[in-house]
Amino acid sequence: MSEQITLTVNGLPVSVPRGTTVAVAVLLAGAVCRHSVTDEPRAPLCGMGICYECRVKIDGVAHCRGCQTLCEHGMNVRTDD
Amino acid sequence: MTTSSHDVIVVGAGIVGAACALECAQRGMRVTVLDRDVIGGGATAAGMGHIVVMDDSPAQFALTQYSRQLWNELRAELPPDVEFERCGTIWVAADEEEMEEVRRKHTYYLARGVNAGIVNSGELEILEPSLRRGLAGGLLVPDDGVLYPPRAAGFLIERARAKGATLHPGKTVQRIGRGCIRLSDGSELSAGFIVNATGAWAPELTPGLEIRKRKGHLVITDRYPGFVRHQLVELGYLKSAHSISSDSVAFNVQPRKTGQVLIGSSRQYGVESAEVETEITAKMLRRAQFYMPGLAQLSAIRAWTGFRPATPDKLPLIGPSPEDPSVYIAAGHEGLGITTSLATGRLIVDQLSGTVSPIPVEPYLPSRAVQEPSHV
Repeated sequence: MSEQITLTVNGLPVSVPRGTTVAVAVLLAGAVCRHSVTDEPRAPLCGMGICYECRVKIDGVAHCRGCQTLCEHGMNVRTDD
Repeated sequence: MTTSSHDVIVVGAGIVGAACALECAQRGMRVTVLDRDVIGGGATAAGMGHIVVMDDSPAQFALTQYSRQLWNELRAELPPDVEFERCGTIWVAADEEEMEEVRRKHTYYLARGVNAGIVNSGELEILEPSLRRGLAGGLLVPDDGVLYPPRAAGFLIERARAKGATLHPGKTVQRIGRGCIRLSDGSELSAGFIVNATGAWAPELTPGLEIRKRKGHLVITDRYPGFVRHQLVELGYLKSAHSISSDSVAFNVQPRKTGQVLIGSSRQYGVESAEVETEITAKMLRRAQFYMPGLAQLSAIRAWTGFRPATPDKLPLIGPSPEDPSVYIAAGHEGLGITTSLATGRLIVDQLSGTVSPIPVEPYLPSRAVQEPSHV
């Protein structure tokens, strides 16, 4: 069993094994990554950094690709602003 | 020879041609607009879309001030997709030498009725927190703005059509002269007057015009609302961008209504290829980061280029062709075509109808003796 790390998604704690991407943590938290400009919910499509549908705000930096970022202890992920 | 069914044919549906078409249609003329492509598909689509007063010369100031006034009068009627925002311009001064220029510009603007205010270093940090610390200050010109040029051109064309003008996109004009237009499909049209509003391509239809292509690069970011609040231009621009011969970059960023940040600018002569060049793009972005370090953290989504139609004295050509009184030129606006389009339309229609314009037209006549600016 690999090491569990805890981060927050929209303020709620989520525990995942080390090596998990932020995109997965967001899905585990029951959130969608973003809303389009026409307010449609969006989630990872390609999973390899091309489609940009998994953009989230990580530690205050907007438009980070969740599928290309590994979870870290204490990471603050927001999908709702 | 067919009977002329048009009073005016405008060649080129960029923002300048669109403004000329609207002004002529509003005066009751029968107007047709031709474009080889789509509305606003050339330099209009490539540019930043600033509505800005500039004072490189008294004539440039008169034209930009008058045209900005026309935009601000039209503002309430512009549909949302034109994305007009009166965000103001801040001319950013990096050091005390550039603050001298701020004070000179401030005095010049106020004396001529353009609202402007000097901001000091601390005020600049509050107005634009993403700028690097330690800049000397700047000049805030609050009534400047930005818009989305291709939609603005589209709006002007729609207005012109509502006044009876007709538009024919996808029509390539091969030759103009003596009231006649020959299209590449072999057909011919005739008109009382022809307006050549084809920007950097104007010399192809009117040989001898002193207009050269001046290539520019732009980069746009993803949406970061509030990162930039005013159009920001470095005053060092006056030193770098105005060299008529060499390549240059300058810090110039704009907030778009979408929250995107539009990053410029570059200037190159003698380049015909429209490809994005990594070397000058990198140089331009380094210059932008020098003023705004946080730009490095933003995600850029697109880069593109366009060709400014540049004249030797940096003033557009607005008026009759010296060779052919049936041909009027409305071209050569370099980087100010969005700002000066509306005034250009007015000056053209005033000349066609024998009306006196609110500003003197002589500095922009194609027949003027063009001189290189002496300060370069």
